[in-house]
Amino acid sequence: MSGLIQAISALGHWVRDSISGIGGFTRFVSSLVARSGIALSRPRLVSQQVHFIGNYSLLIIVVSGLFVGFVLGLQGYYTLNRYGSEEALGLLVALSLVRELGPVVTALLFAGRAGTSLTAEIGLMKAGEQLAAMEVMAVDPMRRVLVPRLWGGIIAMPVLAAVFSMVGILGGWVVGVLLIGVDAGAFWSQMQNGVDVWNDVANGVLKSVVFGVTVTLVALYEGWFARATPEGVARATTRTVVVGSLAVLGLDFLLTALMFGN
Amino acid sequence: MSREKTDFWVGLFVLLGAAALVFLALRAGNLSTFSFAPTYSLTADFDNIGGLKARAPVKSAGVVVGRVNKITFDDHSFKAVVALDMEEGYQFPKDTSASILTSGLLGEQYIGLTAGGDEQNFADGGKIRYTQSAVVLENLISQFLYNTAQNQGSSSEKPSAPASTPPSN
Repeated sequence: MSGLIQAISALGHWVRDSISGIGGFTRFVSSLVARSGIALSRPRLVSQQVHFIGNYSLLIIVVSGLFVGFVLGLQGYYTLNRYGSEEALGLLVALSLVRELGPVVTALLFAGRAGTSLTAEIGLMKAGEQLAAMEVMAVDPMRRVLVPRLWGGIIAMPVLAAVFSMVGILGGWVVGVLLIGVDAGAFWSQMQNGVDVWNDVANGVLKSVVFGVTVTLVALYEGWFARATPEGVARATTRTVVVGSLAVLGLDFLLTALMFGN
Repeated sequence: MSREKTDFWVGLFVLLGAAALVFLALRAGNLSTFSFAPTYSLTADFDNIGGLKARAPVKSAGVVVGRVNKITFDDHSFKAVVALDMEEGYQFPKDTSASILTSGLLGEQYIGLTAGGDEQNFADGGKIRYTQSAVVLENLISQFLYNTAQNQGSSSEKPSAPASTPPSN
C-alpha cells in the first residue's frame, strides 16, 4: 500500500517538477527578451560575442562542411551511378545540405563548440561570485552578460550554417566533378533546376535561426541555473550538449514536417 | 585584441555569411532564373497534367518563354486548369497548342507551346484551346498491350497471314 502511495507521489512530483521547469525557462526567456534593449544601445557588446561565438567556430564549421560534402559526393555518386543518373549528384548534395544537413549539423557543432563555452563561462562566473559582485555594483548581470551572448548566438548561427552549406556544396563539387568526373555543366544545372530559393534556401536559413535561438537559450539557461560548484558546472555543460542537441533534432523533425510536408 | 581589430573580424565574418547566402541563392538555387520582366497570363485546360508542378518552365522550340503560375482543378469540366505567366516579349498566335512534355526519360515535366498560324495574338488572360495531356506510362503500356492482343487476334483469324507474324498459341 505504501509502495503504491510512493509511486503516485513520485508521479506527482515529476509532473510538478516538469511544469515548474517549463515555467522557469519561460520566465528566463521573457526576462532576457525584456532586457534586449542593451543589444541596440551597446552593439559593441554583441559584436564581441559574435566574434567569440562565430569567428572562433568558423574553422570547425568549414572543415566539417568540407568533409560532409566529400562524403555526400562519394556516397551519392555510388548510389546514383547504379541508376545511371550521376548527373543528379549536384542536386542531391545541394538539397540535402541546404535543407537538412547544413542547419542541423551546424547546430550540433554549435552546441558542442559554442554552447558549452557559454555555459561553462557563465557557470564559472556564478561559482566565482562575479555575477553577485556585479549585482552589488548595481549592474544587472542578466542584461550585461546574458543578453549580448544570446544575440551574438542568434546572429552567428545562420552565418555559420550558410557557410557550412556553401563549403559542403563545394566539397561535393570537388569530389564529384574534379575527382570522379561528373559533367560540371550537368552538376550545376541540375542543382539550379531543383533547388528553389524560397522553398529550400530560405527555409534552411529559417531553420538555422530557430536552432541558433534554441541552442543559445539552452546554453545560457543551463549556465545561469548551474549549481555554483565545479561539479555543478560540469553537469550543466554536459546538459547543454545533450538537451541542446536533442532539442535541435526534435525541432528539425517538426520544422521539416511543416516546411516540406506537402 | 583591440576594438577595431575585433570589429574588422566580425565584419568579415558577417560578409562571409552574406557571400555564402548569395552563393546558395545564385549558384545552387534558381534565383538567377527568376525573371522580373513583365508578364501576361494565359490559361490552359488539360485532361491530365501528370506530374506538372507550379514554377515549371513553359518552353517553345526549347526556349523558356514563361512559367507555370498555379494549377487548380475545375469541378465543372473536371479538368486541370493551368495558369501560365508568359514573358511580355514573346507573343503567340491564338491557335497555339500546348502539350505537357518530359525532359529526358525521367526528367521534370514542362509545357511545350507550338505556335499556330492565326494572325491575332493572345491577349492578357487568354485561353489556349488546343491542349495535349501528359503521357501516362500506364496508359501507354495498356494501349500497347491492347494493340498487340488485337493484332494477334486478327492474324490468327486469317489463315493466309504473312510468315513474319509470330504464331499465336
